[in-house]
Amino acid sequence: MLLETHGLTANYGQFRALFGVDIAVAEGECIAIIGANGAGKSTLMRSITGVIRNEPGMVLHRGTPIGALSSAEIMKRGIAMVPEGRRLFPSLTVEENLLIGGQARQVPGPWSLESIYGLFPILRERRKNSGTALSGGQQQMVAIGRALMSNPELLLCDEISLGLAPVVIRDIYAVLPRIREGGAAIVVVEQDIGKALAVADRVYCMMEGRVTLVAKPADVTREAIHAAYFGEAA
Amino acid sequence: MYKLTTRTRAGTTTAIVAVALVLAGLPLPAVTSRGVIQDLFFILTMLTLAQLWNLLAGYGGLVSVGQQAFVGIGAYAMFAGVILAGWNPVWAILLGGVAGLLLAIPTAFFAFRLQGAYFAIGTWVIAEVTRLLIAQWKTLGGGTGTSLPREATSNILGTDAIRALFGVREAAARDILAYWLALLLVVIVTGGIYWLLKSRLGLALAAVRDNSEAARSVGVDTGRLKWAVFLIAAAATGLTGALIFMQTARISPDAAFAVTDWTAYVIFIVVIGGIGTIEGPIVGVIVFFILRSALADYGSWYLMTLGVIAIIVMLFAPKGLWGLISSRSGLHLFPVRRRLTGPKIEGGI
Amino acid sequence: MIWVDTLVQGILLGGLYALFAAGLSLVFGIMRLVNLAHGDLIVFAAYLILMGVTLLGLPPWIAALIAMPLMFGLGWLLQSAVLNRVLGKDILPPLLVTFGLSVALQNGLLETFSADSRRIPAGSLEGASLDLGIVTVGVMPLLTFASAIIVIVALNALFYHTALGRAFRATSDDAVTAGLMGIEPKRIFAIATGIAMVVVTIAALYLGMRANFDPSIGPARLIYAFEAVIIGGLGSLWGTLAGGVIIGVAQTFGAAVNPEWQILAGHLAFLAVMLLKPRGLFPRAVD
Repeated sequence: MLLETHGLTANYGQFRALFGVDIAVAEGECIAIIGANGAGKSTLMRSITGVIRNEPGMVLHRGTPIGALSSAEIMKRGIAMVPEGRRLFPSLTVEENLLIGGQARQVPGPWSLESIYGLFPILRERRKNSGTALSGGQQQMVAIGRALMSNPELLLCDEISLGLAPVVIRDIYAVLPRIREGGAAIVVVEQDIGKALAVADRVYCMMEGRVTLVAKPADVTREAIHAAYFGEAA
Repeated sequence: MYKLTTRTRAGTTTAIVAVALVLAGLPLPAVTSRGVIQDLFFILTMLTLAQLWNLLAGYGGLVSVGQQAFVGIGAYAMFAGVILAGWNPVWAILLGGVAGLLLAIPTAFFAFRLQGAYFAIGTWVIAEVTRLLIAQWKTLGGGTGTSLPREATSNILGTDAIRALFGVREAAARDILAYWLALLLVVIVTGGIYWLLKSRLGLALAAVRDNSEAARSVGVDTGRLKWAVFLIAAAATGLTGALIFMQTARISPDAAFAVTDWTAYVIFIVVIGGIGTIEGPIVGVIVFFILRSALADYGSWYLMTLGVIAIIVMLFAPKGLWGLISSRSGLHLFPVRRRLTGPKIEGGI
Repeated sequence: MIWVDTLVQGILLGGLYALFAAGLSLVFGIMRLVNLAHGDLIVFAAYLILMGVTLLGLPPWIAALIAMPLMFGLGWLLQSAVLNRVLGKDILPPLLVTFGLSVALQNGLLETFSADSRRIPAGSLEGASLDLGIVTVGVMPLLTFASAIIVIVALNALFYHTALGRAFRATSDDAVTAGLMGIEPKRIFAIATGIAMVVVTIAALYLGMRANFDPSIGPARLIYAFEAVIIGGLGSLWGTLAGGVIIGVAQTFGAAVNPEWQILAGHLAFLAVMLLKPRGLFPRAVD
């Protein structure tokens, strides 16, 4: 397995946000993690990327425990993150934002400044602009490009459609297949069930810090997802 | 019925012990030497300054590195009252408090425009400016300073009675008077801060310290609160400064505005003892005095040790020695936390 | 004519203050760390250079070159072992730790080197001057000013044209996201403090060659440096130079009126700027 979590727990002080989450991502696979606000999706991403530290064995990368490593160490192993809210660096230009994504991990691969400008041509025009001077959709492109610059084995996309217009979301999602062609596995965290089902090989649904459903999009019914997403009562 | 209270058994014990200590402290000059009285005076005034700095930084979030401005201006105002207006030194001490308050107004007006670290440096600069301006005041000795005139020191209010009572010389009588005044001041300041923290103002202070944005959103006027804390601390620091220099009877800009004596030591006392508690400065001043006595013969090693201890405490016990004691024992000698008391509910709350 | 001379001397003095301040500005800009021991570290570096000169018989420039890597190491160690542990949302712990360091360093120097005034011998440069027609300027102040410019140009080049500089700016913006980019913020901070200490060594060279120094003068240098940084605005190195020049010019004009007003005039200039522009003249980064 490229990435596994085993009984992953996470706390914010007294408050427990994850209760033993198990997920697995195979090489080249595309996984979607869906769930309502507060289901623990972002906490899961923060735990995998080392923003929240865990016990070593709770997160495995190719079988190696990485749960206690720092964000930087995890990133250098080829797990790149498109963080929620884009989080571009305001002091850096668009091009510098892209460059910084690749400077700590330089490995051969399909992604370079050139190929990312090929993927998002508008960024080439804006490359001297400050990252924060762009529209939301363009900022999202920079954030994705920035993560790709390290030629990751696994790309984690946290809420990449949040706050964007539908037409922009469609453009952003249209590049995911091209990223997969480059060889990277993808984890997409989404609140939008339709988007997630369309793109993923497998879907994990989370609720209240637990995984409530694991399925292939083709095999799963609306009702099952509804129950897993909102709880039995809904 | 349920009641919100800050009263605990430890708190009541503290009150009794405090009253007993103060009562025991009053007749002390009759049985101890002048040296002990001078040491106690030093401890009490440092404790007062430490409580006041702790009020600013530990409760008000105002990390001032310029408190020497208020010590100095208070001391100089006292000297001015005695030398220029012919006041009795005891009454002139009150002038020190007024001067501290007056200096605090422009200081706050300026420094409150600055955030965090800027605030710290801003207060320091203002203290330097005040020192340099005072050094230009030739009537009070300019840069070299001056002494209280003989006729003033020999006529300090109450010293005649003290001389008659204890049969001591004039200088010793002044020390005893200063000691009593310091005792009074430390009781007023510590008691006042405790009362402040238990009042609604204290609740607002705690809210601001924990989360200033949130406090503002529930209607706490953070700006007014900071002004209040800053002015109170400045006035009381001015009083303390005036008292300290009434005892020494000699003043110079470098001594009265010394950043080491009136801010560095004070910060170390609070940090080592435990910032953000009333107990902290008390523990801190005891440790400080023991270190000072033990290392007195080693010159600058003493200050170096103090600096290193402060660093170690910040690294490994950021809540200070009292924080260590209190987290082990759960003891709060000055309880300020509100607790709900009343009949127990089945199964607990 | 005398005013032109005063102005030029003030500007050149500002170069010295900018040198004191550049390292502080760098660290402050990247990690919002207020190093209250900065002035004492300059004095420490001056003693280090002095030891190279007196004990090893080296020329001051060479002694400073040797001191640079040592000071870099010291800065790196200080940051990794001590300051990184107390950095956080609350500014009080780092403030108190560096305050403790300041007092410890000052008194450690006092114990080691005594309170005697010392000076780094600069040979023929001492007292040499250049006649520029309308004014005569000392070679040493001119060299100081030129060094300040070179240091600022070099730091800016590092900041804006290298991968390390990119990492500095990114970490300054958002340390958590920088971590997601494979950048270890604590390592970046350690390097930044190391570089700041190299600048401190350059400042120390001029501090020690231009005038006498003793262990107690650190805090005053810290205040001048801080005033320059704050006047210039957070994170702007050219702003820091401008701030240094403002303090320097205010001081020389104050001294021209009354020698006792030199320091006071500098502080008053700082207070005036703070009243008009509390965030400084050229703020780059936001708090």
